[in-house]
Amino acid sequence: MAREYKIALAGEGGQGVQSVASIIVEAANDKGREALYIPNFGVEQRGGVSIAFIQIADEKIGSPKFKIADIVVALSDRSVRRTAQYVDHRTTFVYDASIKGVEDDLPKNAAKIYAIPAIEVAKTELHPRVFNIIIMGAVIEATKVIDIDSAKEAIEKKLGYKFEQDPKLRELNFKALERGVELVRQVTN
Amino acid sequence: MALAPNMPKSWRAETKPHKFCPGCGHGLVLKALGECIDELNIQDRVVFGCDIGCSLLSWDFFNVDSIQTHHGRTTPVLTGVKRARPDRICIAYMGDGGGYAIGSQHLVNAASRNEKITVILVNNCVYGMTGGQMAPTTLPGMKTETSPYGRDVELTGNPTRGPEMVAAITPPSAYVARGTVANLRQLKKMIKKALETQMNGTGFSFVEALSLCPTNWRTNAKETWGFVEKEMSQFFKVGEIKVPESKEGK
Amino acid sequence: MADKPVKGEKRFFVTGNEVVAWAALAANAEIMYGYPITPQNEVMHYWTRLAPKYGRRFLQTEDEISAGFTTVGGVLSGARAFTATAGPGNTLMQESMSMAEMMQIPTVVVVQQRGGPSTGTVIYSQQEVTMTCFGGNGEGFRVVYSTGSHQELYDYVIKAFNTAWKYRIPTFVLGDGYQAKMRESLIMYDPEERGIQMVPTEKIVGASGVPGVDREPKHLRNTYNTEEELYKVVGDLAKHYWQVAPEIEEYEEFDCADAETVIVAHGVVTRAAQGAVKELREQGKKVGHFRPITLRPFPKKAMEKAIQKAKEILVVESAEGQLAKIVKAEIYGSDIPITGYFRPGMGITAEEIVEYILNKG
Repeated sequence: MAREYKIALAGEGGQGVQSVASIIVEAANDKGREALYIPNFGVEQRGGVSIAFIQIADEKIGSPKFKIADIVVALSDRSVRRTAQYVDHRTTFVYDASIKGVEDDLPKNAAKIYAIPAIEVAKTELHPRVFNIIIMGAVIEATKVIDIDSAKEAIEKKLGYKFEQDPKLRELNFKALERGVELVRQVTN
Repeated sequence: MALAPNMPKSWRAETKPHKFCPGCGHGLVLKALGECIDELNIQDRVVFGCDIGCSLLSWDFFNVDSIQTHHGRTTPVLTGVKRARPDRICIAYMGDGGGYAIGSQHLVNAASRNEKITVILVNNCVYGMTGGQMAPTTLPGMKTETSPYGRDVELTGNPTRGPEMVAAITPPSAYVARGTVANLRQLKKMIKKALETQMNGTGFSFVEALSLCPTNWRTNAKETWGFVEKEMSQFFKVGEIKVPESKEGK
Repeated sequence: MADKPVKGEKRFFVTGNEVVAWAALAANAEIMYGYPITPQNEVMHYWTRLAPKYGRRFLQTEDEISAGFTTVGGVLSGARAFTATAGPGNTLMQESMSMAEMMQIPTVVVVQQRGGPSTGTVIYSQQEVTMTCFGGNGEGFRVVYSTGSHQELYDYVIKAFNTAWKYRIPTFVLGDGYQAKMRESLIMYDPEERGIQMVPTEKIVGASGVPGVDREPKHLRNTYNTEEELYKVVGDLAKHYWQVAPEIEEYEEFDCADAETVIVAHGVVTRAAQGAVKELREQGKKVGHFRPITLRPFPKKAMEKAIQKAKEILVVESAEGQLAKIVKAEIYGSDIPITGYFRPGMGITAEEIVEYILNKG
């Protein structure tokens, strides 16, 4: 937990990477850790790959930009290609198992490459709407930047008003988070 | 120094005689304005702003707080004052270049937003201070330093009819008029109504004053008055264009 | 209504643009004038949401020329007024800020630099240094604070109002797109509770009394008739500026006392420079970092002291030498070689500075 983590989360617009990023950094901040989050910006915001750059540490964070991430999560074919530049021999690279035609684009220099079936799980087991929460579970399992209870608190904080109206949503979101954790455990163990 | 009896009380005697050219119309417009300030008893509430161009020579003309700004920027400066201090009576004084060319976006948008300020724009068909170049208001065929063969409307478009434009984009609560130094009594009434519109807080107020520039027109006294009374008044119709519905009625 | 926007000390985790809006509220700014341009927009978004709750005002103008000049008008009327902009908007504001320079109008402008030249990117750069320090047809009689974190954005926006009104010098807070858009933690506070008194404003026009009867009228101008007249005015401005400059200058230095290589960097790049110094010191290299916080006036004496042992100066910036140009002029006469690591419009990391210094031998 003590080390500094640099995370790049990339996906298509609508996959919710920015909202996941913001829940994670807020959770870390609430726990008194230092967090720095740059949403992807630029003209690409519309109709392009959306990238969230996150750093979490115990001390004040240096440069907001980083060249190499500790973990990259890529959720579409374009995202896989876009994020290769943030990878070196220390990086864990996670991508969705359903992405087709990127075998040759996977960063060969990565320390580890994991494919997780998050899109599939969202579609068949849970609900496409909680896909990003599955990803959130995957990120916190892969990095341990926050524990699962803090993650749940943060989700509650963000979506609590929706859960009030429909408590089943809470269950669905927490389930998604846990499935995300499991998906990473399955590939790392 | 005691003021001559015909000088408005709000004029600053120390800066008279003023610095405008002999035969210039500015002194007449500023006299009408000065009398309005006196009659409305607002000398302590007025913030006066003047532009670049000949209007800047009015920077120390009145015993009122005055700001000489940049070319075309008097409208936003006075808008800024008014937005921060709505109890002030803000008068932006400028020429046709400042209002219709370099500062036209400010005039258009202040009018659209119905800013509670008064713009007094002196139209003399020419850039005076810079030495007689073509202005947005230069009449068709009129010779200036940058239209030495006469203004060709095919090349340069038609003269700007400012009050008509302002009237088209302001709500009914605004006041818009075109007066002339050839009819000072009427011009003064217009300026007074404009200031009252601001004081009532109903809307934007705008008065264009047809004025004289014998220096750049290169005209003698008779030709000068002839030009403003005939050529200019023919193209630029004098009169009130928009009058806010007043409680007293009219 | 008159409730204080910030009470006590509270940790926040927000974007830099939100920080600017809160800081201006905490500083008792009364009115903001502004025009949309990325990456500054959210300053206005937050201000327009918060301002009415605390009796503050906002005007969206037709362009940045107008935003600058309405700010000038607001300030002249005695309001603690400000605006915020970036890139081409900053270009348009130079006209009004040169008027502010000339007429000693205490305007406050927050600049969130974006990539240039021209429209460039909406992302980030340090390419508005020359313009913010020296823009317009003027002499650079301005104060420019270059911030590097959300905490500093908060601190220096508050301070900018005080510097402007105390010295009657237009004051800029120079941020950038990263600081505008990123989120990190900071402590917000009520300035008064920290013993920071807001310098009172003055109705430069529109004070009470009948002008010419109860008091002299204010006749403010920026146009003069003769060379001599103007020379006197500008001479007085220069004298005032250089007299107060030492009180205004601010800087930080890191391990410069014995440093053979001094990295000069400002704004957000100081974070990378500090990281690089830490790393290189661990490797036994004698490297230090000098960071001007005020780019205008530049902390020349402090810099001269910081480079006493230096064998080389490396200017690191996200521009093609804009800071380097200032540094060279300020330490003219020193024979220490000055080189640059220039990345116009690009973010800079500690790792790349370390790599650059190690590789160039």
